[in-house]
Order: sequence, then structure tokens, then C-alpha cells
Amino acid sequence: MKNSLTIFKRELKSYFTSPVAYIIIVVFLIITGWFFTSNLFVAGVITMRSVFDIVPFILLFYIPAISMRTFSEEKKSGTIELLLTKPISDFEIVIGKFLSTLTLAALTLVPTIVYVISLKTLGPVDFGSIISAYIGLVLMSGIYVSVGLFASSLTENQVVAFIVSFLVIFILFMLNKILVYVPAPLVSMLEYISSDYHFSSIARGVLDTKDLIYYFSGMSILLLLTKTSLESRKW
Amino acid sequence: MSIKVENLSKFYGTQQAVKDISFEVKTGEIVGFLGPNGAGKSTTMKMITTYLTPNNGSILVNDIDAQENPIDVRRKIGYLPEQNPLYQEMNVVDYLNYTAELQSVPKESIPDAVKKMIKVCGLEDVKHKDISELSKGYKQRVGLAQAMIHNPDVILLDEPTSGLDPNQIIEIRKLIRDLGKHKTLMLSTHILQEVQATCDRVIIINNGEIVADGTTDSLQKSFQGQLNIHLIIKKDPKYGREKLISALETIKNAEKVKVISDDENSWTVDLTATKGIDVREEIFKKIVSLEMVLLELHQDETSLEDIFRKLTT
Repeated sequence: MKNSLTIFKRELKSYFTSPVAYIIIVVFLIITGWFFTSNLFVAGVITMRSVFDIVPFILLFYIPAISMRTFSEEKKSGTIELLLTKPISDFEIVIGKFLSTLTLAALTLVPTIVYVISLKTLGPVDFGSIISAYIGLVLMSGIYVSVGLFASSLTENQVVAFIVSFLVIFILFMLNKILVYVPAPLVSMLEYISSDYHFSSIARGVLDTKDLIYYFSGMSILLLLTKTSLESRKW
Repeated sequence: MSIKVENLSKFYGTQQAVKDISFEVKTGEIVGFLGPNGAGKSTTMKMITTYLTPNNGSILVNDIDAQENPIDVRRKIGYLPEQNPLYQEMNVVDYLNYTAELQSVPKESIPDAVKKMIKVCGLEDVKHKDISELSKGYKQRVGLAQAMIHNPDVILLDEPTSGLDPNQIIEIRKLIRDLGKHKTLMLSTHILQEVQATCDRVIIINNGEIVADGTTDSLQKSFQGQLNIHLIIKKDPKYGREKLISALETIKNAEKVKVISDDENSWTVDLTATKGIDVREEIFKKIVSLEMVLLELHQDETSLEDIFRKLTT
């Protein structure tokens, strides 16, 4: 785990040495800020609802954008060879990269706490459901980041990595919205796979183990796939 | 502190990149791994570093099996991959710190290890610069520094001087020689002068097979054919061209004498002697006895280049 931490620190720092992270964060805040303020006064309700409705859509693009370079860039520049010949296991590398990307995603959410504070000045706020919605967003980001890492480990082309992870994430997100077109026996299964279904239930303020198991098992499977994809160089 | 490779084979799909090769590199040796592009040099090195796994055969580094204990083997090895990949956005000190941490250098000795490498590799002036801003020569030094930061027993360098200018090449070679003094060092290259300048021993590989293995001297001896001696002699009105040739032909063991050019002041003569016999002294005495002036005399040695060309084409 010490090695994962070393990689985590380097990766996180490298996000912030280039302007990309700042630009993405600013764009993220402009979009959520606009949805927050514009709905707040129209509806006249003290709620974070509009923000939590829009963020899952932004994540569809945002997570592929921040995770596409994780392995692709190293494959392209050849630094992956340096990394994989250090006395560390492939899985430690995957964990380090996963945690750094997820941390960046979570850090992006931090400034939106300002919205919560400004709501507080207007009246009583339901902190319970807001906190659980934040947890839900982090879990959802977690599963998307794992998809992004896996896609990035497959190719040295960042654009390909972006498109592949976007497609997979989009399908995961859309599954519970096409249920009316699906034969009845498949409905509950597709619903279970859908990332948004679980997020909606957490965002309502219910932290159900069923949802937690979904996110954690999904992340584990995808991270193991990523590790396998790194090992495929040896085949 | 040795590398022992036995019956190593590697396939890429159906193509066999490395064909059943075996060799050993002993402690303290500097071995040049020489071969044309695509001969299997990098593949072999990547297998020793455990980046790739062989389809067949075994690799022992310090008697540790590379396939059973890859992590332990990696700890012993310092590796500079081909093209010297580096994190361009990091600065030199940060990068060396990062590498030291990943190489599990104890936390308290990291600052010293980094300082030492900066000194040894001559990075003092650029240590706070981003790697992307460095010249190619400095980048190569950073690559060497990261390979050695954990004081490894075995160092593998894959084409360490490719793409450098002649001055940088000389500097890097000197650095490699200095660093390799107490280490087992293996470097791959397709440049022959590199091997002659830095290595104790050379392994020549072609099409995935080892075609020669020995010290540069012993290879030169075993491939030496007839010696060719090149002479430039000042023209003398007393002697004509024919007379000179017949005089030189009387030298014992001289087999063939040929004037290859004839200008205003001198003759250039090529003399071939019987294999393995040094006739330079005889030639000198002969020309002195003729009271002629010898302007130049040198013996062409079979160069490593000739051997290389013979073996790999």
C-alpha cells in the first residue's frame, strides 16, 4: 500500500501541475452553479436537488476526461515500462491511479459545498439527504473512474480511451431509463446494473447495503480487469 | 551479482523474436549486447527486467528466478529502457525522489541517494528544472540517475547513447564506465564503437540467436584473416616503381605487393602478409636498407565492424 500511496501522490500532483485540472474544475462549477442558482429562485424551494440531478450527467463526460490519460499516456511515452519494472505489483499501480483520479473527482465536488452553505442562510436544510447524495456521487464517480482506467489501459490513444469509457459509462447510466422497451424478465437485472438507479436511491437519503455492494463489487471487478489488461503484455 | 540466462525463447504471435539463447554475465563485467535493429536485444533485456515473460527458458539474477520472484529481481536491477522514457512534467529532484520511493529506498536515506545521483550524473545545474526543458544529453543523465538511485547490483541499459551528439556520447560513455566499475552492467547497442569504448565483453545477437560471445580482443583475433599493411613511401629518383615492388616482394612472408596510387611525391603501397605473422619490422628495415623514406606505415586490424558485418548479414 505504501507504493500505491507514492503513485497516488505523484498522479494527483501531476493533475495540478497542468492547467487541465483547473479548467475542468472551473467548467464543472460554472455548469452546476448555473443550474443551482437558476432553479433556486424559480422554484423557491431550499434544495440541492437541481445540482444532484445535473451532476450525474456532467460525470458522463468529466470522468472519462480525467481518467483517459492514466495509462494511455504512460503507454505512449513508454514510462509504463519504468513503472512496471519497479519492485511494485501491478495491482498497487492500479490502486494508486484509481485513488488519485477518484480524489480529483471528489475534490471537484468540494466547492459545491458553498451552495449548501448558501442554502443554509435561506432556511432549514436536510443535511442527511445532502450528505448521502454526496456519498452517492463519490461512489458513482468511483465506478466510472474504474471504467475509465480500464479503457485507458487498453490503448495508448487517449481519444480512444475517452470514447470507450464514455460509451460504457453512458450505457451504465442509461440502463434504467430504457426499461419500458425491455422484456420483463430482464428488467430487474438491467435495473441492478444501472449506475443511476443506485445513485437515485442513495440520493433519496437511504444508504442501502444493496447499493453499496453494487458500487464496491463493480469497482473491484473493473480494477481487476485493469490489472489483467496490464499483465496482458506478458501473454 | 550476476545474470544467468538459459535457453531463453520468446514468441510474438508466431514470430520468434528470441531463439533459445543462453549466456552469463558475471559480477563486475560490462557486457555489450550488440546486434542490428530488431535482433532481439530489447526483448531479451525486457525479459531480464521481468517486463516480459519468456515462453521458454529461465533467467536468474543473483540466483533469484525472475519468473518466480519478479519483485525481488526488480529490486536488484536498474533499468534504462529504450528511448529513455521520463515524466516530462516533473522536475528532476521530484522525479528522482519518486523513483527512489518506488525502489523502496529507506525514507531517511532518500535525500542522500538523490543528492549523490545528482552529483555523480552532473545534474547540479538543472536539478530544479522540469524534465521537458532539458537537452537530450541531460535527459539521458536523468535516465541513468533513475536507473541507479537504489544502488542496484545489476544495471541494464537499452541503447543508452542513441540520439545524442558526439560530445554527449563521449560524456555518457564515460559516465557508464565510471558507474559500471563495481556493478554488473549490460548495455545494448547497434553502434560498434560503443562496445569498443565501454565494454569488457561483447555478445553479438542476430535474428534472435547469439552468433558470437567473447572479449573484443578475442573476437578480433579469432576473426583475423590476412593482415594488410598500408605504406606510403617517398619517391626517390634512384628507384622506379618496378624496382620498389620487387624489393618489397623479397621480404619474407610478404605475399602480395600492390601499388595503389602513385602521385608526384609518393607511392602508396598495400602489402599483404601471411596470416598471423607480423612483418612490419622487416618492411621498415628493408626500406631503410634501400635508403628510401617511409612516410607512413600501418596495419589494418580486423575491426569489430568487419566481424559484425560478417556475422549479421
